[in-house]
Amino acid sequence: MTTPAGGRAEGVQGGFTKNEMMIVAAARELAGQRVCFVGVGLPNIAVNLAKRTVAPDLELVYEAGVFGARPARLPLSIGDPTIVTGATAATSMYELFALYLQGGLIDVGFLGAAQIDRFGNINTTVIGDYEAPRTRLPGSGGACEIAINARQVFVIMRQATRSFVERIDFRTSAGNLGGAETAERIRREQGWLGRGPSVVVTDLGIYHFDASGEMRLDWLHPGVTLDDVHAAMAWEPKVAESVGTTAQPTAEELRLIREELDPTGAYTKG
Amino acid sequence: MRDAVAELVRDGDTVAIEGFTHLICFAAGHEIIRQRRRDLTLARLTPDVIYDQMVAAGVARKLIFSWLGNPGVGGLNAIRRRVEGARERSDDGDVQAATEPGNGADGSTEQEGSTGDGSAASSPLELEEYSHFGMVGRYLAGASNLPFFPLRSYFETDLPRANPLIREIRSPYGDEVVYAVPPLKPDVTIIHAQRADANGSTQIWGLLGCQKEAAFAADRVIVVVEELVDEAVIRADPNRTVVPGLIVDAVVVEPFGAHPSYVQGAYDRDNMFYRDWDPISRDAGSTEAWLREWVNGVSGRAEYVEKLGAERVESLRPGRAPSGQVDYGDYR
Repeated sequence: MTTPAGGRAEGVQGGFTKNEMMIVAAARELAGQRVCFVGVGLPNIAVNLAKRTVAPDLELVYEAGVFGARPARLPLSIGDPTIVTGATAATSMYELFALYLQGGLIDVGFLGAAQIDRFGNINTTVIGDYEAPRTRLPGSGGACEIAINARQVFVIMRQATRSFVERIDFRTSAGNLGGAETAERIRREQGWLGRGPSVVVTDLGIYHFDASGEMRLDWLHPGVTLDDVHAAMAWEPKVAESVGTTAQPTAEELRLIREELDPTGAYTKG
Repeated sequence: MRDAVAELVRDGDTVAIEGFTHLICFAAGHEIIRQRRRDLTLARLTPDVIYDQMVAAGVARKLIFSWLGNPGVGGLNAIRRRVEGARERSDDGDVQAATEPGNGADGSTEQEGSTGDGSAASSPLELEEYSHFGMVGRYLAGASNLPFFPLRSYFETDLPRANPLIREIRSPYGDEVVYAVPPLKPDVTIIHAQRADANGSTQIWGLLGCQKEAAFAADRVIVVVEELVDEAVIRADPNRTVVPGLIVDAVVVEPFGAHPSYVQGAYDRDNMFYRDWDPISRDAGSTEAWLREWVNGVSGRAEYVEKLGAERVESLRPGRAPSGQVDYGDYR
């Protein structure tokens, strides 16, 4: 890797961090989308970058009860007052979850995860046993409902053997379950409007889901090798026949992240 | 505030201090700590820093919630000390990295082992967890006298196994399976708002969360406001009324009572405090010291605000963005 962990890439003009590459790649995936439900953490900065670049007409939906947000600053929490001022609608959370989300108006649900498996099932609840966890994570929040009700789900997360696991410790949010066949049957039988996960963007590359419902590596970020990817996940990944190299962040994308969206480096350090 | 809490919040109660990021009544939570309530069941979608402080102070035996974190910062450390199985530092280095706020998931960070927060605050804390929609639905069922609330969430997840109160039901009109959550009827719901009249008719703007549902579901309701207004102010804009005085037991005027959360149009979220709470709460001793200084060491919110200082308070004032006016019409 030419991009050392924890620092700007050396020897690259206008170097960038792995996290900046991840955020930029995730933002670009939103091109052409209309309504996006914004999750806590990295999705928040990626979606706000997309709104300023590839998807200016994107309608930002926040679970706190906002449709059509126009945040003037990057909200630290997803319940920040800046998501209300200038928004199209401020709703109760009942309306947001019942009418907008479960009612089928969300094109993309954008989630983070602590653990993910090859079928895009997500854990954000506990590491270890539920009753006596080694690490207590926040839990579902709105994630389990976003996962099945948004038309498609994007995931953004750093990749590591302990987060890209063979078996997640707790299934908080349903992905493609045990594979596309089961998942599609259940979606049909249960009348779910969502088609499940479609993209996973990490600090190493970009995955889409193949016909069997499994994650497939399609793009590697600049300077990242297949060996790097193998070393940062617990299963043997499917790899596209020809893996592309993600285009580097542009100067404008980096400027927006560093000057407007994350001037303190809270999201982009490391 | 002292009288309202003394009269309406009792040991063993189920208490909901609602407000999603916005309008979280820290002033009421601190008063409950000062009055040394015990064995409370605390309900909130997002326990937030206020329940972390209340749990650290030993007022709670159980949490009912849907997202357990310090929004935008990380984990709730005092609560985690009461929940995590192993007290020693775990070896989940990568998972730790994967759960920092910058990493998307949901913020939760590793902590040093703790010596405990004192007896009432270090026994295991009971957890009953849902999702956001499940919690909202519980209040709605409680408020509308229904035996359950149905939702599509939870199918093919581990949540019903973790919480047996989440139960599968079949549609009476077809083969679809949905999940049911039971009604939640708090003994007391406490909400913070921009304004109310003396009868308790309460108006909120900005994020509405589920304060309306939580208030209507409760046996007793305390409304805490930035400003007490004349009834005519409420009647001039009835669409903005979230809770009518009919269901309100006490109105408390407590300016800045939601700090470090915020009040739309009045003051900003004090993000610096939310960040500062992380290192303070990582250690039981420094948590106790903070509670001693900022909760038990002050007589009430007015003294807390004075201690906070005019400069900090002023730094949180937003610029103006007034709504336009609407005309309800005069019909005689």
